[in-house]
Amino acid sequence: MEQISVNFPFLAAVLLVGIALYIIVFRRNLIKLVMGIAILSSGINLFLVSLGYRTGGVAPIYTDVPEGPMVLPVPQALTLTSIVISVAVLALMLTLVVHIYRHTGDIDAKKSRILKG
Amino acid sequence: MLSKIVRTVANQLMLFILIFGLYLIMHGHDSPGGGFQGGAVVASGVVMLLVAFGSGGIIKWLRLRRLTAVACCGALIFLGLALAGTGTTFFHNFLLGTPVFGDIPPPGPGPSHVWSGGIIPLMEIAIGFTVMAGLSAVVLAMARFSSGEEIEE
Amino acid sequence: MHYLVTHSPALIVALPLLAAFATPLISRAGPRVRNIFNLVVLGMTAFLVAILAVDVHAVGIRVYTFGATLPEMALPGGYTVPVRIMFEVDGMSIFMGIVITTVALAAFTYSLQFLKGQSGQPRFYSLMMLLYVGMMGLAFTGDMFNMFVFLEIASIAGTGLAAYRTRMADAVEGGFKYIVISAVSALMVLFAIGVLYAQYNVLSIAALAHYMDYTMLDMMALGLLAGAFVMKLAGVPLHMWAPDTYTVAPAGTTPMILAASYTSMYALYRVTFTLYGAHIDTRAIGWVVIIVGVLSMFIGVMMAVHQTDIKRMMAYHAISQGGYMLLGVGVGLAVIADPVALANYGRDAINGGIFHIINHVFYKAMLFMTAEAIFFRIGTRDTNKMGGLARNMKWTTAFYAIGALAISGIPPFNGFASKLLIYQAVLRFNPVLSAIAMFVSLVTLASFAKVFYSAFTGPEMPAYREVKEVPRSMIIGMGILAACIIFFGIFPGLVVDTIVAPATEALINQAAYINAVMGAVP
Repeated sequence: MEQISVNFPFLAAVLLVGIALYIIVFRRNLIKLVMGIAILSSGINLFLVSLGYRTGGVAPIYTDVPEGPMVLPVPQALTLTSIVISVAVLALMLTLVVHIYRHTGDIDAKKSRILKG
Repeated sequence: MLSKIVRTVANQLMLFILIFGLYLIMHGHDSPGGGFQGGAVVASGVVMLLVAFGSGGIIKWLRLRRLTAVACCGALIFLGLALAGTGTTFFHNFLLGTPVFGDIPPPGPGPSHVWSGGIIPLMEIAIGFTVMAGLSAVVLAMARFSSGEEIEE
Repeated sequence: MHYLVTHSPALIVALPLLAAFATPLISRAGPRVRNIFNLVVLGMTAFLVAILAVDVHAVGIRVYTFGATLPEMALPGGYTVPVRIMFEVDGMSIFMGIVITTVALAAFTYSLQFLKGQSGQPRFYSLMMLLYVGMMGLAFTGDMFNMFVFLEIASIAGTGLAAYRTRMADAVEGGFKYIVISAVSALMVLFAIGVLYAQYNVLSIAALAHYMDYTMLDMMALGLLAGAFVMKLAGVPLHMWAPDTYTVAPAGTTPMILAASYTSMYALYRVTFTLYGAHIDTRAIGWVVIIVGVLSMFIGVMMAVHQTDIKRMMAYHAISQGGYMLLGVGVGLAVIADPVALANYGRDAINGGIFHIINHVFYKAMLFMTAEAIFFRIGTRDTNKMGGLARNMKWTTAFYAIGALAISGIPPFNGFASKLLIYQAVLRFNPVLSAIAMFVSLVTLASFAKVFYSAFTGPEMPAYREVKEVPRSMIIGMGILAACIIFFGIFPGLVVDTIVAPATEALINQAAYINAVMGAVP
């Protein structure tokens, strides 16, 4: 039981990644596809932050810090970079979805396909 | 364009959002915050103004061309600071110990020092400008595109 | 000069980045100033790549640490792990650098004339410079997380370029598929980096290779990394995005997006040879790479035979030729633990695979440029509608013929040299694979000959009587590549000894890579 409570953030992260992969593979609406990629990046960011946690740790800032061990700061920097990059990627994807809607009038992935073969 | 109450409140709130965003940018090297976070806060203020005034009303004082120019200038300042230390290495922190942002606080727990960190606070300011202008440009372009107008060059 | 050589890894990435950000500001002074500015910056970067290549082939590995007091000081006094971001340039990295720079120069010259009349031109050149920076950073980096960041930069810039002609519906769709695939694969890479960091607390490739014990979590990370990079390099069965994206990208950018795919292939080799290297069961991993290569070769060429769209056919051929590279290097990877086999044919196999990268990029870029030249003048890509173009477009026909002969492996062009290396080495490993490779080559020749007959020769169509040759800058762009193809075909031994053999040596020699950073740490 204690194993599950210690590993709970990792279970949540993997659950998010699993849901996101299901959405990306099986959903046909393009907006849902973009949301699936957003959930995927959220799951991976959660995984990165939670792998830095040390039991009883405090935030890694030296300003008036209470006693105790600190959590790892490097995964937090990695997560920040990942959030910035996914902002750019999601903005680009949404712009392209708007263009596709303008050209074909439909955001269903099966009906708005032009390139085949 | 929404009602008069919303427009007035948005006008008043934008000042506080701007101050908060700039505070986050300035203290980025010593407390939670930084260039991207502060820039995103200011950009969300711009989004609030966009929603309150409509994309047609906002175009009088927020043009895409100027925003692109500010974003490019911010990125150029960032690169310039990184290249300025190339006498030793790329990205070398050549302002440590000098009077400009150059105090070296003692390591370990203690009060915060804004006037420290070398080129890092200057880089945060540059990134803050880039992110402010960049995210506002993205939102503005999408708003104008969705309402059917053509984007200017 | 010594200063330039020492700082060149950083300057090669910093100068085009400066140009990318300065282009929207400079283009207010007019398009001519902007074109000259970009061309000058690209020329300076090419010069820096050349002197860095000479230096790396003489010295071995050059390490550049960002922000340190000396560029080579990876471990400041008393540290046992490197804590700063590093660029580590060895023979394989500088080989990819040479490939990317040559393609960028040719593509840039070609685009100068092609963009007349298009809107948003400053953004096109900014995106091209950003794509160049992303690829060079990916090739030079010595740090896993830096690899992720540059991979994403290259993906975003590549999407912007692929979907550049937003008024055409299929361009937007091709760009959308590219960004979805790139985002998913980059997030998988980030997952694997998280897993590796959680175990060893270091992010640098050399330090990870030094401290790695091969646990179950590391196997999972290897699977994620390999899957993500196979997705990015369009290897079958994850190749569905490639025909769409390569078809709709405007002229001059398809070679750059191709180069981005092969830089992901370089990242795959960097992970399997250098990061995991001595710990994994290389026979198993090698066979996986070989199977992916054979599938790509076969399915790519089979799908290409019955295409009517000329660029889509060339895109499927690009997938198939990627299979050749994977086959060659996969054979080398499978025998890397066996010194007798390695000396006999393993080294030749890796030489062939790596030589094929540069050959393929050259002739495929030229073929794409000829297809876009036809599109520029006629307005269609459908081979059923073309005919008799050889009368009016003599240069384009000649370049197409050179490219078609080169891709099929006919002497004296460069495809023959690299394919012969691959055939000979793979024959001694497993004759069946070699037979499949030769069959694929025959079918390649057949499909290109079919298009040549229908598009260029034959009776002249009345609609195309007034078609002229393409403008001069496009011919110069294609001519640079044709000259390289012929030169590499006539002197393959020279090229292999100068550029390719150091790359193979750098891939096989994992210990030198680790020692360059970790030095005396036990």
